[in-house]
Amino acid sequence: MSKKVFGFFNKQKEYEKEVLENGTAARYSGFYADSFKRLKKNKMAMFCAIVLILIILVAIFAPLLAPYDPTYQDYSAVLASPSLAHPFGTDEYGRDILSRIIYGSRVSISIGIVAQVVASLVGVTLGAVAGYYGGVVDSIISRIMEIFQAFPDLIFAMAIMTFMGKGVLNLFIALRLLTWVRTARMIRGSVMQLKEKEYIEASRANGASTFWIITKGLIPNCLSTIIVMVTLGIPNAIMYEASLSFLGIGIQPPTPSWGNMISAAQTFISYRPVYSIMPGIAIMITVIAFNIFGDGLRDALDPKLKS
Amino acid sequence: MNEKMSQAPLLEVKHLRKLFPAKSGFLSKEKTFIKAVDDVSFTLMPRETLGVVGESGCGKSTMGRSVLRLIQPTSGEILYKGQDFMKLSGADLRRVRSEMQIIFQDPYASLNPRMTVGEIIAEPLNIQKKYSSKEETRDHVVKAMEVVGLNPKYYTRYPHEFSGGQRQRIGIARAIVLEPSLIVCDEPVSALDVSIQSQVLNLLKDLQSSMGMAYIFISHNLSVIKHISDRVMVMYLGHVVEMAKKTELFSNPSHPYTQALMSAIPLPERHSKRKKIILQGDLPSPANPPSGCIFHTRCFMAQEICSTQKPELKDIGGGHYCACHFCGKCQQGE
Ligand SMILES: Nc1ncnc2c1ncn2[C@@H]1O[C@H](COP(=O)(O)OP(=O)(O)O)[C@@H](O)[C@H]1O
Ligand code: SF4
Ligand SMILES: [Mg+2]
Repeated sequence: MSKKVFGFFNKQKEYEKEVLENGTAARYSGFYADSFKRLKKNKMAMFCAIVLILIILVAIFAPLLAPYDPTYQDYSAVLASPSLAHPFGTDEYGRDILSRIIYGSRVSISIGIVAQVVASLVGVTLGAVAGYYGGVVDSIISRIMEIFQAFPDLIFAMAIMTFMGKGVLNLFIALRLLTWVRTARMIRGSVMQLKEKEYIEASRANGASTFWIITKGLIPNCLSTIIVMVTLGIPNAIMYEASLSFLGIGIQPPTPSWGNMISAAQTFISYRPVYSIMPGIAIMITVIAFNIFGDGLRDALDPKLKS
Repeated sequence: MNEKMSQAPLLEVKHLRKLFPAKSGFLSKEKTFIKAVDDVSFTLMPRETLGVVGESGCGKSTMGRSVLRLIQPTSGEILYKGQDFMKLSGADLRRVRSEMQIIFQDPYASLNPRMTVGEIIAEPLNIQKKYSSKEETRDHVVKAMEVVGLNPKYYTRYPHEFSGGQRQRIGIARAIVLEPSLIVCDEPVSALDVSIQSQVLNLLKDLQSSMGMAYIFISHNLSVIKHISDRVMVMYLGHVVEMAKKTELFSNPSHPYTQALMSAIPLPERHSKRKKIILQGDLPSPANPPSGCIFHTRCFMAQEICSTQKPELKDIGGGHYCACHFCGKCQQGE
């Protein structure tokens, strides 16, 4: 019975030309490749992607790019105005501001990206497990999330920093303890909705494994939610780092971060505005680029928005 | 196919039950259950279409999904080609699953919006690892699209670009691509325009005659059931109340509930003498079904005995089963 049945209807020859040569079947390479094609058409998002790649490269190659050691103090040039030797001038200890901004990108980018990715992994995993399995597992995870959500973000981070002491790792923890909950809640909701969908049932009816259902059914349909959370979470984390450092409980000098630079510069804001403006611009460009790129990525991942 | 082979039943379902835990009172320890499917038994022959009809909420979908173990039945036996389907697991279960498929009611929720038509139809082939090469899989998908009347040039389109009827064809292509022996069709045309319904029904009929699969065809619409079924099972509150060959059931409906359902079909003949039977009361809750005959709260024929004694589903002649104390002793609409 098998094979033959389709044989009766086999008009493949006629279609061979149309579908396999001229048609799109031959060119189609899967959901992610297709999404990337859509993303490439979005000029603004691609521009921001390039900006972000440049910022990341700057962070990685900071020692090669920075003209000075960011902690080198030149007392002959304290609070110097921009010049050829110091394009953005120097700070109150005679340190080169350009070099400090270049090194500061390391803190901001690593805190932003690494921490947000870790938080998202935790959030997505816990949210997906709670949503997919439900029952007792869901109750336990949900209660934990409620505890975390009961505190205002910044106060919570400040409390942790004060309690655990200052330092990059602690800052990491303080920021991450906040954001995984939001991710987890979103993903839990999406997964609970999605797992009831009939196309998931159709996969199960064909004997699909849990892994298959999660990777083919759930993740692609949650992906835009996850992407938006991550890309908007990164600038959010960068802002938090800046706020905490500005308040003096984040990254401690002499290690440069964009936040603690603005904090130090505020005393001299009228005398040497470039000192506070430059790290501010760095934060702004990074945050805006992440936001626009995130929006573009979300649109690209949604086939419904295909023009 | 060999005649003798086709005499062996494809599927035997015995005393299938599915209880859903119901939300009970906040502090009450007492557990209550929704008896969505209660003691359902039937046999399905290869190439046969068993129509399942009943009001919304009577357990048709739960029954159909339980048979495929998409919902784990609470108890009962399912024999597929003689083997105990309930006991299968792992690779054996996956292999048998390739022979059983389902077509859903909602043409929107049943297709993954992030997959192209080609990927959706290829999914069963990929899950079952049917072909090792992408080209073979693609060729097979193109053929399946052709069989259900979809132009293969839509291979890389996404489901949202199609109408309900076309989407249902995509769902059908996905169901037939592994050339199954059994398809559960859960209200496959209920969400479609009436003009499209008959096209899809005829497609299902054509596919059955060329590919030879059996259908469990669920619908709340008796006209649709009449069009497609060989045999019909009437369900009420999770129970089978009547089951017979289509012609027998439609010419001689014996259960008062079936009679009531039939009296509600609009007749083409103008001068029909038939009276519409209006059922009293509401559908009782499946969490707390009536005692005795589950239909007695709404039955126009109910007697004393009906509220105390449960009527058995018995053969009233020639494979016509009916669960009523007064089967065959009544006239329609009396
Ligand atoms: N997952 C579930 N949990 C609890 N009750 C359910 C569930 N699915 C169905 N039910 C209940 O079981 C009964 C039968 O539902 P269903 O099989 O969908 O009926 P039908 O398909 O005939 O409309 C209904 O009372 C419904 O509320
Ligand atoms: S057993 Fe009684 S209540 Fe039930 S269907 Fe028959 S007549 Fe009606
Ligand atoms: Mg249903």
